[in-house]
Amino acid sequence: MMVCVELPSGLAVLARTERRVDVVVEGVVTVRSVLDALERRLPVLRGTIREHGSLKRRPFLRFFVCGQDWSHRSVDEPLPPAVAAGREVFMVVGAIAGG
Amino acid sequence: MSKVRVLVGTKKGAFVLAADGERKKWSVDGPFFAGWEIYHMKGSPVNPERIYASQTSAWFGQMVQRSDDGGKSWDAVGNEFAYEGVAGTHQWYDGTPHPWEFKRVWHLEPSLTEAETVFAGIEDAALFKSTDGGGTWAEVAGLRKHGSGPAWQPGAGGMCLHTIILDPVNAGRMYVAISAAGSFRTDDGGQTWRPINRGLVSEFMPDPHAEVGHCVHHIAMHPSRPDRLFMQKHWDVMRSDDAGETWHEVSGNLPTDFGFVIDVHAHEPETIYVVPIKSDQEHFPLDGKLQVFRSRGGGHDWEALTNGLPQENCYVNVLRDAMAVDSLDECGVYFGTTGGQVFVSPDGGDHWQAIVENLPAVLSVEVQTIP
Repeated sequence: MMVCVELPSGLAVLARTERRVDVVVEGVVTVRSVLDALERRLPVLRGTIREHGSLKRRPFLRFFVCGQDWSHRSVDEPLPPAVAAGREVFMVVGAIAGG
Repeated sequence: MSKVRVLVGTKKGAFVLAADGERKKWSVDGPFFAGWEIYHMKGSPVNPERIYASQTSAWFGQMVQRSDDGGKSWDAVGNEFAYEGVAGTHQWYDGTPHPWEFKRVWHLEPSLTEAETVFAGIEDAALFKSTDGGGTWAEVAGLRKHGSGPAWQPGAGGMCLHTIILDPVNAGRMYVAISAAGSFRTDDGGQTWRPINRGLVSEFMPDPHAEVGHCVHHIAMHPSRPDRLFMQKHWDVMRSDDAGETWHEVSGNLPTDFGFVIDVHAHEPETIYVVPIKSDQEHFPLDGKLQVFRSRGGGHDWEALTNGLPQENCYVNVLRDAMAVDSLDECGVYFGTTGGQVFVSPDGGDHWQAIVENLPAVLSVEVQTIP
């Protein structure tokens, strides 16, 4: 499946890419498999969205899909079919935390 | 003609300032890594074109950047810092146990002899080493596990290992300093460590003379006198003449002995510099006057250096890694402020000028002297 991921601008600059990145996801399209695919395509992002080791979402980042917050759902829950079909974007959003 | 390159880490990016040996006309490149906190940058003594930068963000975590062309271009290298084994706990601010958690890299110290070796001091305090130019990192675990680790506690800025000094004569000897734990030394290349804090007195602790718990802000050494160390502690300027075995206070006539930075003249091992800060609550210079103090006798007797520095309405801080010296014939002294100024004195402190005045808050300053 080809899934479109939208990155925060800071990570797009870091990865030297556009903010929207297409990634090839193997198997069921979930938060985990999308991020695995993203990190395979752009290894520099390892540790920036998920912590190394634990693979926990970094606390100042959230995931939005189809207008819904998926930050606190299971990373193995299938994402809506529209994401897998490429009609909706998997968004990685930085918290508005000042600074 | 020799030139100098000043590596400036700020709250919102990195800057590279360069000048010839006269140090009058400066070029300013940057910001690199705009929007990210650059805690520290440092060049390799073996290959001055090799520079490392610690790039960190509350949102995106830690990156380590490496340049092999003197800071013109950069590539991200390894950013995984995994504590060896079970991380365990240290003390939290209230004295309760708190798990060790990696937060950021405070200081990068390239090897004096091996081009691909670099050390990293991190928060929560630990020492890491890379032998592949920052690609992969392994903890030098003997430090954190020598025994006193569970008693370490964070200072106001976090529990950070912020100072790494490599002995230029004794290859196995290394010093580190941690807030708020103290200073530590290894003599066997990092296998075993012990606290070296005898003589430090910290009134905020239940036992002011305790073996660990001291908030050491920075340590400096002159390479020709590797057993002589100078320390700016939370309060007190200290000196050791026996590789840290014992310390004694040399604050002397300083108007306040609180501060963060300390450094040593490149050619005069007894000439040292500090920037006194009013107090632990008021992190700015006394009376709004930015003053560097110099002692030509290794402490006790200090003179204020003010020529060219703001002498009214100046309420900036100078953070612990934000002072450095070059090694040109006439030693240049540099420091950066939380107000975004970077000052240089091309004559050992007698006269100062601002290289830049409006950068983001400066976190660190390092200088490379390039033949």
